[in-house]
Amino acid sequence: MSNQETETTHVSFRDVKSKYKGIFAWIFSTDHKRVGLLYLYSIVSFFVVGVLLGAAMKLELMSPGKTIMDPQAYNAIFTLHGVIMIFLVVVPGLPAVFGNFFLPIMIGAKDVAFPKLNLLSWWVYVVGALVALSALFAGGGPPDTGWTFYAPYSFKTNTNMLPAVLGAFILGFSSILTGINFIVTIHRLRAPGMSWFRLPLFPWTLYGTAWIQILATPIVGITLLMIVGERLFNIGFFDPALGGDPILYQHLFWIYSHPAVYIMILPAMGVISEIIPTFANKSIFGYKAIVISTLAIAFVGYFVWGHHMFTSGMSGTALYTFSFLTFLVAIPSAIKVFNWVGTLHKASIQLEAPFFWAASFLFVFMIGGLSGLALGALATNVHLHDTAFVVAHFHFIVFGGVGFAFMGAIHYWFPKMWGRMYNTRVATTGWIFFFIGFNTLYLPMFFLGIDGMPRRYYDYVERFHGPNIVSTIGSWVMIAGIIIILVNLIRGAKYGPITTNKNPWGGKTLEWEVDSPPTLENFEEIPVIDRSPYDYR
Amino acid sequence: MENNNESHIVPYKTYGIILSVLIVLTLISVAVTRIELASLTVFVAILLAAVKSSFVLIYFMHLKFDNKLLKALVAAVFILIALVMVVTFLDYNYR
Repeated sequence: MSNQETETTHVSFRDVKSKYKGIFAWIFSTDHKRVGLLYLYSIVSFFVVGVLLGAAMKLELMSPGKTIMDPQAYNAIFTLHGVIMIFLVVVPGLPAVFGNFFLPIMIGAKDVAFPKLNLLSWWVYVVGALVALSALFAGGGPPDTGWTFYAPYSFKTNTNMLPAVLGAFILGFSSILTGINFIVTIHRLRAPGMSWFRLPLFPWTLYGTAWIQILATPIVGITLLMIVGERLFNIGFFDPALGGDPILYQHLFWIYSHPAVYIMILPAMGVISEIIPTFANKSIFGYKAIVISTLAIAFVGYFVWGHHMFTSGMSGTALYTFSFLTFLVAIPSAIKVFNWVGTLHKASIQLEAPFFWAASFLFVFMIGGLSGLALGALATNVHLHDTAFVVAHFHFIVFGGVGFAFMGAIHYWFPKMWGRMYNTRVATTGWIFFFIGFNTLYLPMFFLGIDGMPRRYYDYVERFHGPNIVSTIGSWVMIAGIIIILVNLIRGAKYGPITTNKNPWGGKTLEWEVDSPPTLENFEEIPVIDRSPYDYR
Repeated sequence: MENNNESHIVPYKTYGIILSVLIVLTLISVAVTRIELASLTVFVAILLAAVKSSFVLIYFMHLKFDNKLLKALVAAVFILIALVMVVTFLDYNYR
């Protein structure tokens, strides 16, 4: 940043003059806050598309037989829903939006360590998204393998696999660039006095996440390239007819994709660890236990991928090991939940929209986590594998966990990001609709799965009809909630009352000490840290 | 934070030696494919690759002169990848 730019203190980063005009001032900006907002707008756009695809699936499942689409269209839609939601929304989600916007501010830095690399990561994300979505329009039709691209079907199907796989490959680079940037930023740019154990918990989770991003993502990248090689050159990595092993694909895919669940959920846990002490007006209970749990989840999370493959034909030794490790990773997650609940004990709680999202996160995350143990146990897994139970569990963790944390984060940091306030009553109404709709949509799937309804089928037998109707109605209620929330936030950003208070919720971390919205370089002077990040009472 | 900005000038001779070692290891990794090692084939290939990348990290990427924290982090990455492989072979070796 030049000296000329540093003179623009007390001028919002949005109003800083740039050599570019209009949209170019955004898409060529290296300011971490603008990059974060670019990610926000991109991710929310893809999220809306993903929601519409999900709603179409629920509509199809409202009655047995063909309702609104044929089986091939259903296969394509659940694949697209998965690819968009996983690779374009949830994996980048919290780190790319709120990590980019708030990590430097929360550690007392002016920007990330490599601002140009940061902007490049967004460009790579956009290119990857366009390549993946081109699969929709080229010949052959959209891919129909599911987001897991399982071999051998993925190199035999005549649908447009290559653009989808290459898109996911390119998106991986975006993720790696963000990870490298965050690790270096946290190591090198912490404000004087901010020791590792004075680092707020959201940056801690971003740190754990960043290591997973740079260590696990290359594995899926190589695996996806192996699929490309298999399709184009018949090499025989995974094709049994050529001496390959289809289970090898599952190993390689899940070596990335299970840690990827922790790329998704760790920052969500970080957000909850920020919201709860602020709204409880109380120091976080067991800061060090949460930090150690974060690192333990990141580490043990590498070794549990095999629980996705219990029915694939792995060796018994591998089955027992993966089941044991899966139960092990539940321990640090549970420690965190106890710490959040412990923080709320005897607290004076502000009942505002961000807190409602955080409290409901605990509720849905517990359901998602405990149902995960049913899937981690070898005996029950055989019964539940590839049923609607797995879909319910997964959505309770990823949509319930990450989605609720994302909503909590945007309602929590909104006044800081836009310098305006949304309508709090409408925000609470949106949360009520979303929460009721979410549970109505996904809870019936647990019962359907236990009863034997398989996932990824566009049809079902008559006895599954009732819960499917309830589930589809739940999707409508949840979408009503999403519409209320989005309209309220967009109106708030444009016309909401300007916030004169830098710290409307009473938070203690550094972002609440800077202007709303922050200036270009966040701080007039780099702060000196002499206290813990949650110094309440 | 962890600043270690001292400059280190490594003589060309050292780089030359490391380059020679890397070339020799490459030749060994090609030659070893002619020997029937059965289940150890993959292990030997990965071991040689790990030794080569360690030389690159230590000398070419100056890890030798970095602080202990960074050395520990790189070591942790190697251990992690090794453990991932061990766990993968719990499937293949016991089928």
